[in-house]
Amino acid sequence: MRALWRDRRAAFGLAVLVLVASAAVAAPLVSTGNPTAQHDVVATRFLRPLATDHAGAFHALGTDRFGRDVWTRLVYGARVSLAVGALAVLLSVVIGVLIGGVAGFWPGPVRTALLALTDFVLAVPRVVLLLLLAAMARPSAGLVVVVLGLTGWMSVARLVHGEVRSLAARPFVEGAVALGLPRGRVLVRHILPNALTPVIVSAALGLGNAITLETSLSFLGLGVQPPTPSWGNMIASGRDTLVNAPWVAAAPGIALVLVVVACTLLGDALQDALNPTMRYQTAR
Amino acid sequence: MLAHLGTRTLAGAVVVAGVVTLTFLLVRLAPGDPVERLLGPTATPAQLEAQRRALGLDRPLAAQYAIWLGRFARGDWGTSIATGRPVRALLGDAVPATLALVGTSLVLSYLLGLAVGAWQSGAGPRVDTALSIATVTLFAVPGYWLGLMLVMAFTYWAHWLPAFGAAGLDADGLTGLSRLADRLRHFALPLATLTLIGIGGAARFVRGAMRDVMSQPFVRTAEAKGLSPFHVTRRHVARNALIPVVTLLGLSLPALFSGAVLVEAVFAWPGVGRRLVEAVQARDYPVVVAATAVTAVLVVAGNLLTDLGVAWIDPRIRRERRET
Repeated sequence: MRALWRDRRAAFGLAVLVLVASAAVAAPLVSTGNPTAQHDVVATRFLRPLATDHAGAFHALGTDRFGRDVWTRLVYGARVSLAVGALAVLLSVVIGVLIGGVAGFWPGPVRTALLALTDFVLAVPRVVLLLLLAAMARPSAGLVVVVLGLTGWMSVARLVHGEVRSLAARPFVEGAVALGLPRGRVLVRHILPNALTPVIVSAALGLGNAITLETSLSFLGLGVQPPTPSWGNMIASGRDTLVNAPWVAAAPGIALVLVVVACTLLGDALQDALNPTMRYQTAR
Repeated sequence: MLAHLGTRTLAGAVVVAGVVTLTFLLVRLAPGDPVERLLGPTATPAQLEAQRRALGLDRPLAAQYAIWLGRFARGDWGTSIATGRPVRALLGDAVPATLALVGTSLVLSYLLGLAVGAWQSGAGPRVDTALSIATVTLFAVPGYWLGLMLVMAFTYWAHWLPAFGAAGLDADGLTGLSRLADRLRHFALPLATLTLIGIGGAARFVRGAMRDVMSQPFVRTAEAKGLSPFHVTRRHVARNALIPVVTLLGLSLPALFSGAVLVEAVFAWPGVGRRLVEAVQARDYPVVVAATAVTAVLVVAGNLLTDLGVAWIDPRIRRERRET
């Protein structure tokens, strides 16, 4: 753990995530408080970043074509994008741990079937699956969470499966089974708590991925629907005004890249901290 | 080796069959009526019923599936509900466009990624950190947004390159070199977008693989023998690091096609991905199913090719398979 705190990548990643998350939580305090507010549209639309409008309101990141404050939409969009990403990762971790745990602890046809299912879903391009699932129902934030969760569990399942298999051969598990405890209880109480460490890495990397995919779906109009701001539909609306107001599409994109970089670096640092052989190498 | 290839091909066929079945079920169970969309809000119930019968949508699901599967296997992929064109022609035009985009960007991003990763593993800590920051950023950038930013820079500001399509409006009137130049100019931005995001992932992985190999005892032996650092890197480290990299290349194909779907949508590149996005938005069932199947076939074929590639690079795998 101490190695992790000294890692600059982890420090940067955590700092960015904490900053963005607190801006999202405190959105009403750090912005105008209303992401869909439109005042005099003709007078306030396409204001450049750092401009002050006729009513004296300051727009740090300018305004879009409806005169809405881009910074306000960005922090409110962060609420949606971060929440959707986090919930989706949570869902995929739950599914992955279940499938991986069962596949690791019940050898035979169950394992074969679950591993085949995992490989099968892995072989399909995720965006294709997302498009299929997203096309099935009316687009909404809830649907995006479910769809991302259903298409993101495979790497977690593989990790947990490997981990559970190696733990199942350890004496403490054999002891628990020999005591006559039900296998389900042994899996949940004795094995899974020991198998979850690598899942943390996977979740950190998966968060960045899930947020990107949420914005992709919203960008295509299949995710979070306007006027609710999400980083994806903000970029989509900025697409039409690239010529006269490039900041509308640029700002959410830069925020997105920062968050994904933070998740990736945090994941990398966690991986190194959890992997003693790598730590030895970097020390050398 | 042949037996192994046979097993892999069979496994690939199972994946494709599974994808096709799953897609068929999903789109049929989805809410939203394609017939209503086709005929518009003014259609009478009788017209809707007639059209539904004409398209075979009034039969039970299992019957629809059996009929559809038989036709699909024979190469009759039906007619696009939204455009009225045969699906096969629609996708036949799209597959070469997607292969050109994905194939070229795959080759470019891995060559550049290998170069950057190899440079990093041999460079000092400062260069390494700088390049790491660059590659992790590229890795994090969403393709569709990078595409928009490149359009802004190269189309709207610099007026150098066209923003969408595969050919200009006047392409039919062009001949010879100017026609080729028009094509290449349209190819440039989608290719650059897909390649840039690919480089990040490839370079990060190459760097890791090179580091892993460098800590192996045989590298220290090679250094102790007095071989030049260049020779050690090129002959001993790079060759061994290439094995996981080529394996990754196969595993990253689904992600690459995922990226291509969005990049094609942004640049209106006439490939399978754009057709898929349009078909999903219009609930054009036959096109959705066929486009998904085509993507699955391309991914499976790519995986088989990388499998052969790994065996070609790694003599140990070749020998092991010959023995078994």
